[in-house]
Amino acid sequence: MMEQTERRVISVIVMNEASVLSRIAGLFSGRGYNIESLTVAPIPESKYSRITIVTAGSIRVVEQITKQLHKLIPVLRVYEHADLVETEMALVKIPMNESLGDIEALTHAYNGRIVNVGSDTMIVMVSDEPMRVNHFLEAIKRFHPKEIVRSGSVALER
Amino acid sequence: MQISGAQMVIEALIAEEVEVVFGYPGGAIMNVYDEIYKQRSFQHILTRHEQAAVHAAEGYAKASGKVGVAMITSGPGFTNGVTGLADAYMDSIPLVLISGQVPMSLIGTDAFQEIDAVGISRPCTKHNYLVTDAADLPRILKEAFYIARTGRPGPVHVDIPKDVTAQIAKFDYSKEVDIETYKPTTKGNTRQIKKAIDAIAAAKRPLLYLGGGIINANAAELVREFARMTQIPAVETFMARGTLRYDDPLLISMLGMHGSYAANMAMSETDLVIGLGARFDDRVTGKLSEFAKNAQIIHIDIDPASISKLVNAHFPIVGDVKNVLEQMIPLAKEQIDPARYESWHNTIAHFNKLHPLSYKEEGDRLKPQWVIERIGQLLGDGANISTDVGQHQMWSAQFYPFTRPRQWVSSGGLGTMGFGFPAALGVKRADMERVSINITGDGSILMNIQELMTAVESNLPVINVVLNNNFLGMVRQWQTLFYDKRHSSTDLSMQPDFVKLAEAFGGVGYRVSTKEEFDAALKDAVEKNVVAIIDVAVNRFENVLPMVPAGGSLFNMMLEYKEK
Repeated sequence: MMEQTERRVISVIVMNEASVLSRIAGLFSGRGYNIESLTVAPIPESKYSRITIVTAGSIRVVEQITKQLHKLIPVLRVYEHADLVETEMALVKIPMNESLGDIEALTHAYNGRIVNVGSDTMIVMVSDEPMRVNHFLEAIKRFHPKEIVRSGSVALER
Repeated sequence: MQISGAQMVIEALIAEEVEVVFGYPGGAIMNVYDEIYKQRSFQHILTRHEQAAVHAAEGYAKASGKVGVAMITSGPGFTNGVTGLADAYMDSIPLVLISGQVPMSLIGTDAFQEIDAVGISRPCTKHNYLVTDAADLPRILKEAFYIARTGRPGPVHVDIPKDVTAQIAKFDYSKEVDIETYKPTTKGNTRQIKKAIDAIAAAKRPLLYLGGGIINANAAELVREFARMTQIPAVETFMARGTLRYDDPLLISMLGMHGSYAANMAMSETDLVIGLGARFDDRVTGKLSEFAKNAQIIHIDIDPASISKLVNAHFPIVGDVKNVLEQMIPLAKEQIDPARYESWHNTIAHFNKLHPLSYKEEGDRLKPQWVIERIGQLLGDGANISTDVGQHQMWSAQFYPFTRPRQWVSSGGLGTMGFGFPAALGVKRADMERVSINITGDGSILMNIQELMTAVESNLPVINVVLNNNFLGMVRQWQTLFYDKRHSSTDLSMQPDFVKLAEAFGGVGYRVSTKEEFDAALKDAVEKNVVAIIDVAVNRFENVLPMVPAGGSLFNMMLEYKEK
């Protein structure tokens, strides 16, 4: 019987020290867990960083991931299955010959705006729940995007 | 105190009351070796290969219960030691490995003997450090020892660039270790323990499932008390051998792939598994969906990640086995009626009678099992037993009459051929009073044979008993059983002269093929107290039985092998 796999967000507070990211990433690759996205940045005015990992797995696998993360010496706390507010950002480069007004309206609907306009291309930014970012990227297709960058999720417990 | 990084290493080892370091020098670690030369507080034993240095430190740690220490240089020195790290990691052995590294200014330049050591050791250590400033060294070394021995023990690797060992900084070792992110749980949850005791009191066929964590926690005495008091029968994992005495009526035997019929049947019939410091390894459980199918599971372990990893625990208890048992014993005394399990005992006695661990004497050739039993008869409690990996290892686990914890030192998790001899050196160093025997095979012994030199030079009289079947026996056994006898690359008919080999290094060699010769050789080697190889010609095609084929159910054992 295959166990049900679902998307999970794990938020990890770690000591902000060299090699901590490789410990986390290595744990995932070494034990065969998948990483959909991973973001890391220092927590201001502390000696910690927060790592947000989006993964997929059964309840049992995610429970193992959580425990294995806890076992790493520089890991202070692991939030999993918490009530999280989740946001992701995306940057999209679009040719200038597309309709500026339409693009502006679309990005507005997804908490975004035009952030750069060049002679041939412009760059727009949106910042929203990951699912809504997916929708935006679907919608922006009609403007022939040349490049897309997603930031990966950041999340915070409510 | 302002001293160099190299001096700090020495001072830290002294402060940790280290009595022996196993190691091998080289360019990047020379500053530290210079300080070793100048001190008289601890012994340095020069092995003849870095892998052996780490295995020797493991053997020392397992036999003594202290943290083993090994020291090696950068690059190939380090990579040679990695197998030892991985071995210690799998078997939860407390170890600190100190390695030299190229100077900071050269890191990342592909310098001579440079390798990303912490990058390599990360997945096979409990923790590791690259020291970038000598001022951090006292804290890091103190943390390394602390992390190695607390919680679930394991190896810690400290990589020190050469310029850091020359750098002068303040040395203060008095500060207590305080790692905000590392606080292992050691006491069991009282409510969970009460529930577990209730479950035991209600069970009809409970079974103690004893694991290597008991040895690490120095909890064997308490396990013996708990078993005696409750009269609950027990099976031991490979790593737990010696927890109960071999002649304890409550000890069924080892379970698992090469466990006894009775042990595996008891696990299949029990209605309550009481797991103590065991991790439900695949070699123990066989097919997971059929494992202890009728049972609820109490799982006591220091490592939360081991609980419900493979087998779902109904009563998870995170804590040091020793502490948890101390909490359980008074409750058990009140609640558990030792007379309750009589029919369960009868069932087990029946299993035992049906298919006891045994072998058949036949022909002139010695049976390997006889050799192991005989060592037990002649030396018994007076010997510590190390092994390499393969058939001889399984027979040793099955047939040696273990009487105490830490008597048994073998590579369980990683299954490292070449482990036995260097480990036996470490064991000897930890327990000079007893005979240190390495039971090995003609394949394994050659994987660290150079340690004959270490043994002779450092006066560590280890007796290697080579159960010589001219085969990589365990692989040969699988080929016989599962590959239609295609013995691909396992025939070791081409062999060195083990007697001359021992002599070439200054040891003593014996070649034996009869019982009388074996007795005489072992007695002679023990009496003379020498480094020895006893080359024992044994039956070539003996199989380790019973056997649960990989992935099979525990109750589906191959009990004998019949020629097709």
